[in-house]
Amino acid sequence: MIEKQYITLFEQYREEVDKHSAEGMNRLRGAALEAFKRTGFPTSQQEEYRHSNIAHAFDADLGLNLRNIPVKVSPYDAFKCNVPNLNTYLCFLVNDRYYGKLVQGDPLPEGVFVGGLRVFADKYPELFEAHYGKIADYTGNGTVAYNTLFTQDGLVVYVPKNVSVEKPLQLINILRGGVDLNVNRRNLIIAEENARVKLLVCDHAVDDVHFVVTQVTEIAAEASAQVDLYELEENSTKVTRLNNLFCEQQERSVVHVTGITLHNGFTRNNYRFKLLGEHADVHAGGLAICDKKQHVDNFVFVDHVVPKGTSNQLFKTVLQEEATGVFRGSILVEKDAQQTLAYQVNRNLVMSDKARMFAQPQLEIYADDVKCSHGLTTGHLDEEARFYMQARGISAEEAQLMLMVAFTRDVVDMVRIPALQERLVHLIDKRFRGEFTRCGNCEVCK
Amino acid sequence: MAIRTKSYKQIMLKIKNLHAIVEGKEILKGINLEVAPGEIHAIMGPNGSGKSTLASVLAGNPKYEVTRGNITFKGKDLLEMAPEERACEGLFLSFQYPVEIPGVSMVNFTRASINAQRKYRGEAPISASEFLRMMRDKRELLGMDSQLVTRSVNEGFSGGEKKKNEIFQMAMLNPLLSILDETDSGLDIDALRVVAEGVNRLHTQENATILITHYQRLLEYIKPHQVHVLYNGKIVKSGSPELALELERRGYDWLVNP
Repeated sequence: MIEKQYITLFEQYREEVDKHSAEGMNRLRGAALEAFKRTGFPTSQQEEYRHSNIAHAFDADLGLNLRNIPVKVSPYDAFKCNVPNLNTYLCFLVNDRYYGKLVQGDPLPEGVFVGGLRVFADKYPELFEAHYGKIADYTGNGTVAYNTLFTQDGLVVYVPKNVSVEKPLQLINILRGGVDLNVNRRNLIIAEENARVKLLVCDHAVDDVHFVVTQVTEIAAEASAQVDLYELEENSTKVTRLNNLFCEQQERSVVHVTGITLHNGFTRNNYRFKLLGEHADVHAGGLAICDKKQHVDNFVFVDHVVPKGTSNQLFKTVLQEEATGVFRGSILVEKDAQQTLAYQVNRNLVMSDKARMFAQPQLEIYADDVKCSHGLTTGHLDEEARFYMQARGISAEEAQLMLMVAFTRDVVDMVRIPALQERLVHLIDKRFRGEFTRCGNCEVCK
Repeated sequence: MAIRTKSYKQIMLKIKNLHAIVEGKEILKGINLEVAPGEIHAIMGPNGSGKSTLASVLAGNPKYEVTRGNITFKGKDLLEMAPEERACEGLFLSFQYPVEIPGVSMVNFTRASINAQRKYRGEAPISASEFLRMMRDKRELLGMDSQLVTRSVNEGFSGGEKKKNEIFQMAMLNPLLSILDETDSGLDIDALRVVAEGVNRLHTQENATILITHYQRLLEYIKPHQVHVLYNGKIVKSGSPELALELERRGYDWLVNP
């Protein structure tokens, strides 16, 4: 059993792990260890992981930076972001450590905290205690338990009541290493009543080694809060990204989460939304563009607990060459959740005979006065549209490219930052043209 | 038959003994047709006679397979060319059923078309200002709503708007040979007048038009030089515009069963 070696490692280095971490984080490790011992990593034996064997990723000989040895990197110099000219508050995580201060921009509105998890845990122990590990349930998911066991740092965004952060925040996750590495990072977003914040997260692997990344993000959207989270993955084919997002929404809160996989190795995104207050509204979007032997598995679970919530899922996949795509989207409408509106759309474009798509919608409805729908299609490019474009002089290749970009358009439209939308269209176009096979403008990995 | 004699040089399109099949079924069974610059030809015929197949074969739709015969366009072998090459050489098809393309804006689509054709001719891409001016002029020519050009190609357009949009694209691309496949169907009388006026204004002594239509109605607005009757995959009669009037009066039976 592959888990054994990680359990031994933890027990052996527990002191080191604790030493470079916050007390509040350490308090959960015992329970996380028990949970991990019980569940282990998910394997393809489990229905929800049938097409994505997580345990397999940990078979490799991976290093963990438990002693918090500083990684040599100056992200400000080394990194030219693919999303430039976007006026944001910029910050970095290098592997699983918060790197430092924001590099540009005006001061944040008063009371807002954007910084490392360790610092936050010491500075706001009560807030930390109230949320950390409370939203992300580690008892039922081996990857989350594992992350809770080993994680030492991450990003916290805290926006107090009635405060609105107008300028988007931008977090850049950089993976660096000389040997194959396991990175366990943790994000916490707290938006208090009527607070507003938008966060863009960009994922980049800089070095040509294997990285296995677990990421757990917890979002607490309190009454009438608005939280936007947009994640853009541009990792190398050697990166395994195991992402778990948990979001709890109170009354009239509005949450937009869109994940775009532009380039990757093996990706599993779990998105879990819990609508706990009436009139809560969630928009979950996803786009995966894969070729080579890339693998993207998007899993969504929307839980309508109380009445009058709305949820909207739109997930798309474009597969070329020998890529594999998986989508599993669930809507659960609980007994009391009357007048729920829940929609789900999944569309997949398969461009090659060797690419494979597995898609499964799932609706569980226990209330009788609801409107729910789902639509799923997996198919090839519209030949008639292509001929129509050719008949106007556009080459077959260019027509195909334009149609592929067009296919992604409605997911990009879910991103509520106009400058980012524009940039995404450009990046997607570049991606389909094969103009970058790793992370775009990054100087380190030419 | 009143076919004018043309020197080889003058002929823009020459179709010789064209046979074509779709899904194993022979639809065109030996078409012969010559079109010279400055001419407007009307091709009429009952449903299923092969009119739209002829248009599709000319544009290079891969669903149709040519089994015999040949087509030269400006002296070049048309059947050797990919659909986009045909377009770049100056052939334009106004689709009977224009295709909706969600996510591709009219502006991007039109610009991509123009620039593809310019590139083919070795010209630089169109400037932003020239493009915008052209869009405005041609839109006004066809009385198109300015909203339409900001939307996705044909998405949510009414039947009439789609047909207008075809002629708008024709105006933007300025082709040598335009094939209008049932452009009149689905148009009310006002829209028909606008579309016909557009076609007439775009007509010069250098370009040519093939009108494919069911009804004589369109020919009241666009005057053809020749009318051909297509029946069962062959042109069974060609004549002056009066032929269209005769068809309107007598139907097709007298031609088919003389």
